[in-house]
Amino acid sequence: MADQPEVVERPAGQEIIAPGYTFGTVTDQIAAVVLTRRTPLFWFACFAAGTGLLMLFLLSVTVLLAKGVGVWGIRSPVMWGFAITNFVWWIGIGHAGTLISAILLLLNQRWRNSINRFAEAMTLFAVACAGMFPLLHLGRPWLFYWLFPYPNTMNVQPQFRSPLVWDVFAVSTYATVSLLFWYVGLMPDLATLRDRARNRFGQIAYGVMAMGWRGSARHWSVYETASLLLAGLATPLVLSVHTVVSFDFTIAIVPGWHSTFFPPYFVAGAIYSGFAMVLALAIPLRAVYGLQGLITDKHLENSAKLMLATGLIVGYAYLLETFMAWYSGDPFEQAAFWNRMTGPYAVCYWSLLTCNILAPQALWFKRIRTSPVLLFISSIVVLIGMWLERYMIIVSSLAQDYLPSSWNLFHATRWDWFTYVGTIGLFMFLFFLFIRLLPMISIFEVRTLLPSAKVEREEVRG
Amino acid sequence: MTQAPSNAPYGLMAEFDNPTALVAAARAARAQGYHKLDAYSPFAIEELSDALDLHKNRLPLIVLVGGIVGGLTGFLLQCYITIWDFPINVGGRPLYSWPAYIIITFELTILFGALSAVLGLLALCGLPMPYHPVFNVPRFATASRNRFFLCIEAADPLFDAEKTTRFLETLQPKEVSEVAH
Repeated sequence: MADQPEVVERPAGQEIIAPGYTFGTVTDQIAAVVLTRRTPLFWFACFAAGTGLLMLFLLSVTVLLAKGVGVWGIRSPVMWGFAITNFVWWIGIGHAGTLISAILLLLNQRWRNSINRFAEAMTLFAVACAGMFPLLHLGRPWLFYWLFPYPNTMNVQPQFRSPLVWDVFAVSTYATVSLLFWYVGLMPDLATLRDRARNRFGQIAYGVMAMGWRGSARHWSVYETASLLLAGLATPLVLSVHTVVSFDFTIAIVPGWHSTFFPPYFVAGAIYSGFAMVLALAIPLRAVYGLQGLITDKHLENSAKLMLATGLIVGYAYLLETFMAWYSGDPFEQAAFWNRMTGPYAVCYWSLLTCNILAPQALWFKRIRTSPVLLFISSIVVLIGMWLERYMIIVSSLAQDYLPSSWNLFHATRWDWFTYVGTIGLFMFLFFLFIRLLPMISIFEVRTLLPSAKVEREEVRG
Repeated sequence: MTQAPSNAPYGLMAEFDNPTALVAAARAARAQGYHKLDAYSPFAIEELSDALDLHKNRLPLIVLVGGIVGGLTGFLLQCYITIWDFPINVGGRPLYSWPAYIIITFELTILFGALSAVLGLLALCGLPMPYHPVFNVPRFATASRNRFFLCIEAADPLFDAEKTTRFLETLQPKEVSEVAH
């Protein structure tokens, strides 16, 4: 006989959790989104939009498989085009989720506790979207397993000295570890849902997923060790993934790609766009579900500060990149940057500088960091800017390399756009399914934020 | 589980409504000489692990072994393939090109380490375990919400239904209930 649920919504505070919550009310408020609360119209609208765009994605994939990758605008010399741009963009977005769940855990940043769950889900779904592009770009995606070493009758093996093979291992490890970390984080909350579910199906489904978790002290002590170890493993992993992605570029000798500072530059850009996505998801969600007491203005402000900091690193990288091109004395490197600034992709270059460097300077002002609407707008601007950055790096460098006789511009076809927008649909579809079926905020970690979670010393001795 | 006849209880369970009371109760039970006991809480409580001497576990060792096995797998796999199984001569460059193997070695170290952390967690916790006697207590559903439980198991040599109940009552619990098998 469980207590009756009591859902209490609290206004946003300046702290990481609004005052007045108890163990019971945080549990019920977060669980209610899944179990009892009426699904809001916002959810149906977003889920419908996501499903619609997912259908567009399936259509584009069908056309792609029927006709071949030529339906995309990839022509020599720009053979990477949208596919790799979108891959790098999506996988970068995922990075903020792992940063929040792993790095901020190790740094003991307790404010992460109420945003880590949906940020990790975001990571997982962003990696799923990212994975679509290299797979489809293979041309024959059903043969993807040729990328892995396995004994085969063709007697061939992957080339382990190629960054493209490193990428396969990095991204598949990242996807697997993110999934494991997310699932381990969910276990205690699945047990809560099992105990709170009213209908038989819910009890069985959540019960199977919770694996019989019962919150025993023995379990918790191993569990804490496991969380820390997984965080310790995920931290170098997340930094390595975008590093390996940047190796796809730096190991090649294409002008504009061949430089040693790509790894930190890419990782900073990844976290930058990831925090933009976290804000773009958190701001509407907390408003619709009345979660301002749990995802407070403090969370938005902290995320905005991290976005500003990583944005400044990205700005420094742009500056350094241009300086190094000039300082290298290499005429091809210099020409590549001159082409970016004044050539056919100049519009793209200057708009990405505006989106990524100029616009985020507004975040220096506290009034903007604490205004959800303005923050939402600036995060969308950053997401667009980061997409343009990847597009510019890939397309402008490939379109105009050493030999002017081989120059050719890239023109995206409608199938390029449909596939790209389609993966946004795939992301929304998965994300809103997650919002509906699983607790979007880690219930047990939010409980530890409550003042009553502290064991009082005096009473213990007494 | 004990070898006791089926009508004997699994243990006795006391319910508390705050973590401080639970930690105090766990300490008192240990001081009383009870050793087969477990506490249940909706979140991890560090003091509780202290009280029950639960700080040491073998998970770090499992993960270390997993990581080493992963790293060796990655490195040796690449050595075997690039040197013996499928050697590619590129302008006479050495077949054993270890710097190029580092990334995949690293990725497999992390992958195997993470897999052994999760499998080790499940193994050390004895999960999945669909049935456990504590679930027979109806109020136990609140252990995943806002209640804290201490269970003294019947397998404990000091366990005596009456005496243990009386002891648990002295800890000022909300309720003491018998846990059926």
